[in-house]
Amino acid sequence: MARSFEAGQAVRVRDDYPPGHIRTPVFIRGKRGVITRDFGEHDNPEITTYELEGPQKTLYVVRFRQIDVWPDYAGSKGDTLDIDIFEHWLEPA
Amino acid sequence: MTDATSSGGHGHIHRESGPPQPDDKVHSYYQILGIALQELLIEKGIVSADEVRQMIERRDAITPARGAKIVARAWTDGDFKARLLADGNAGAAELDCPMTYTELVAVENTPKAHNVIVCTLCSCYPRELLGLPPSWYKSREYRARVVRDPRAVLKEFGTEIGDHVEIRVHDSTADIRYLVIPRRPAGTEGMTESELEDLVTRDSMIGVAEAKTPGK
Repeated sequence: MARSFEAGQAVRVRDDYPPGHIRTPVFIRGKRGVITRDFGEHDNPEITTYELEGPQKTLYVVRFRQIDVWPDYAGSKGDTLDIDIFEHWLEPA
Repeated sequence: MTDATSSGGHGHIHRESGPPQPDDKVHSYYQILGIALQELLIEKGIVSADEVRQMIERRDAITPARGAKIVARAWTDGDFKARLLADGNAGAAELDCPMTYTELVAVENTPKAHNVIVCTLCSCYPRELLGLPPSWYKSREYRARVVRDPRAVLKEFGTEIGDHVEIRVHDSTADIRYLVIPRRPAGTEGMTESELEDLVTRDSMIGVAEAKTPGK
């Protein structure tokens, strides 16, 4: 299956707040980062948590610059935050 | 005033008497649910009480020595390190540390980057390699603060990272488990792999500390 994104590609996390078992942390929604790694297809916990069946989703590592996540970030400019995020939470940025 | 334990006025809280404390067998809703589920599974013959006990015993028996073995091998064998970084599960399996339920990603500290692990959603942790997570790892304070201000949190652990070193926080929100390969301390060139293992602490593999320096 074709991948939605490639390593190095800029993405934005969907700024959505649906109910249910969501593994995308609230603090990262709407933030911009870069794909650094592709873990292939994984069960989608938003579905499997409820013992339901559904298509697998590609899991990515997205790297965010801390200063893009927290405008008043106190550390160094190069500091980063890597988060494992499923493809349906990402859109091209 | 409902907390009878805080009376006294000499500056500290007594826990010997007073209302029940969380450890005094007052089960939460989810603890009761867990107990009920276990009883039903046993009653229906799906698992036995002994199997449950064995699983707990097996999980409790895992210590950070497993992770230390992997790190010490990575320090001494560049080819192994390359294989481990490329495929964590395959690397761990080479040392008889199978990752049964999750995928392992090893992240290496370098002179330019320091890695630290958290699960902001709950308490995901490389249990197959480090055993049960410390209580602070599961605390809301660590989870909320280490993504927000990692340098301050590391400093509270006694770990100061220079400004020229990038801090990479890894938030394990899915079925990937992270293990930090700390930097090999200076002055360890002549040490054997098993001597090196003693320098690799749990906290250094979470990333809140460096590996121990020999003799300290």
